Amino acid sequence: MHRRDFTPNLTGTCHRPTIWRLSKDPALRFLLVEDDPDLARSVAERLRLDGHGVDIAQSIGAAQDHLATAGYDLILLDIMLPDGDGRDFLGAHRRARADTPVIVMTARSAVSDRVALLDTGADDYITKPFDFNELEARVRAVLRRRNGSAQPLVTFADITFDPIGALVSVGGEARDLRNRELRLLEILIGAPGRIHSKGQLCDRLFSAAEAVSDNAIEVYVARLRKKLEGSGARVETVRGVGYRLVAGPAS
Amino acid sequence: MIGALLAVAALLAALLFVSIRSVADTAVETTQDSILGAAAIAIAEELRGGDEGLSIDIPYTSFAMLGSIGEDRVFYRILVDGVTATGYADLPLPPAAPATGLAPVFYTATYDQTEVRLAAVSRSVVVARRAVVAQVIIAQTRSAKDAIVAQMAARAAALGLGFFAVAAILSLIATRAVLQPLSNLADAVGRRGPDDLRPIERPVPVELAPFVRSLNGFIGRLATALSRTETFIAEAAHHIRTPLATLRAQAETALRRSEDDATREALRGMIRAADDSARRAGQLLDHAAVVYRSDQRSEEPIDLAALCADIVTAYAPAAAMRDIDIHLHGPDSALTLRADRLLVESAIRNLVDNAIKYSDADSAIDITLARDGRRAHIAVADRGRGLEGARTPHLTARLKRGRNVADVVGSGLGLTIVREVVRAQDGAFSIEDREGGGTCANLWLPLA
Repeated sequence: MHRRDFTPNLTGTCHRPTIWRLSKDPALRFLLVEDDPDLARSVAERLRLDGHGVDIAQSIGAAQDHLATAGYDLILLDIMLPDGDGRDFLGAHRRARADTPVIVMTARSAVSDRVALLDTGADDYITKPFDFNELEARVRAVLRRRNGSAQPLVTFADITFDPIGALVSVGGEARDLRNRELRLLEILIGAPGRIHSKGQLCDRLFSAAEAVSDNAIEVYVARLRKKLEGSGARVETVRGVGYRLVAGPAS
Repeated sequence: MIGALLAVAALLAALLFVSIRSVADTAVETTQDSILGAAAIAIAEELRGGDEGLSIDIPYTSFAMLGSIGEDRVFYRILVDGVTATGYADLPLPPAAPATGLAPVFYTATYDQTEVRLAAVSRSVVVARRAVVAQVIIAQTRSAKDAIVAQMAARAAALGLGFFAVAAILSLIATRAVLQPLSNLADAVGRRGPDDLRPIERPVPVELAPFVRSLNGFIGRLATALSRTETFIAEAAHHIRTPLATLRAQAETALRRSEDDATREALRGMIRAADDSARRAGQLLDHAAVVYRSDQRSEEPIDLAALCADIVTAYAPAAAMRDIDIHLHGPDSALTLRADRLLVESAIRNLVDNAIKYSDADSAIDITLARDGRRAHIAVADRGRGLEGARTPHLTARLKRGRNVADVVGSGLGLTIVREVVRAQDGAFSIEDREGGGTCANLWLPLA
């Protein structure tokens, strides 16, 4: 069953981090199937800000045309479309043994509706309106499941980060990081030496709906420093600007 | 219906009894009068005048005629010019003297302590060349007449009762014949499941055809209205949430581009408002769906553990974004409910949603499933801010919220939905402060 692979470890020890696409990495190519032009445009714009390529299809017919001519990393699919139900498209897509992963954008809050979507062949769903950090997290999770070990380990100094298993080790010794600590490390380790402002880190770590000040990031920087104690790298404060990951022992 | 028919039959029987009694009374009296009159005339005709006086040879056949009426006693009195010549001298006289010419006068009087009917006739007889008036009075007691009337009245009463019985039986048969197809129809409609909105196609008597036609019309309109309600709820969610998603995406894009603190704060406010609107709309539609489905009573077996696992799966990624872990504990043995899946899911989903909303980042939510007698107990416990003493009835009231939640957006509908579900599914609900901080919501639902 499709959804069984998806069931997370409910004891909470499995943290699924946001694998932030590193600036040097190739961007993802999205097919956005959404008939509302305003929503399609604004979602596409927001995804393009992160460097992704987005094609918009406003109907099932247009989506099939796009799929016939180009390859995509992921399909974002609306349910209510002018020429049919997104679920029918999904069924046809799966029967054609097309393996492009699909995340359905649903307006329904009922869990049974969402479970039905997964049974129809969706890889995941997201409820409108959605947080882009959550979308990003779900996209990464879907791609990780699809690609398996295709993504390489990321290393910096004696820190090894496994984006698939969400594992961190320092000098070969495993360290247990919480979700937000992992996401912070991921952002920093993805561009070592680069300075990230508090605002940028906040935008990526917190939902935009959370009423947090930019200073809330200091708590997570402090925690990450504690988890990385004894490593050959440290999170450096650039006073008045932000933070960066640099080699060398903690000062 | 049958009672009214029986009452009418009883009234008719009583009327019959009374009227036959009165007719019989009159008829018997008329018969007695004509016999009395005939006897009096017969006696009067036997009066012979002569020079020596008046003679009479009483015709006993007249008395025999009178005797035919029964065991009654007969009296007579003959007067000549007002003086009793023979017979019972104290037999009462008529109220007015009858005219001579054998026209009888009838009257009733008491004689010898008995009611008697009397007939009197007069005629002129020439005695010693002088015309005298001879008056003949015949009296008879009335016991036989009373007996006859009583007998006839008794027969009338028997006839009335018979009529009554026949009418009652006929009305029962008629009612049964008319109502049987109707009660068959009612049984057939009553046996239907909640989702069975097919038209009625069983054969019915001609008289019932218009009723069945309009019932089918009503069922059709109901089916249309219900499917419209479901479609409306689905489409309303789509039409509300799509523009909110647009708004949120645009605000997030602007937030990403803006460096100005005041602008960023304003954009975050917009995003919170969009999330809040979506949540409220979702709860309003949930509430509408719950109220609408509460009347439907469509039940199915539900594996509570699997349902809760689905709910946790749905909420875990969003919760993980804030480092909130959701732990599902139990049950020790399978818990199967027999309930409306959407209702049960709405209740649990709203409890989990509340727990996430009021939890601080980096905390845990515990969902515990257990058997509690004939009910399943679902406890959703968080380490959030708690209730500060607010009571369950206040929190489950429509649009009411706790006193310590002014800074967190919410509609006050979440627990109202839980309350509606509990009412519809015959469950129970309580919410209380959790030992060690936070809130514990308890939901009990009957096991299958």
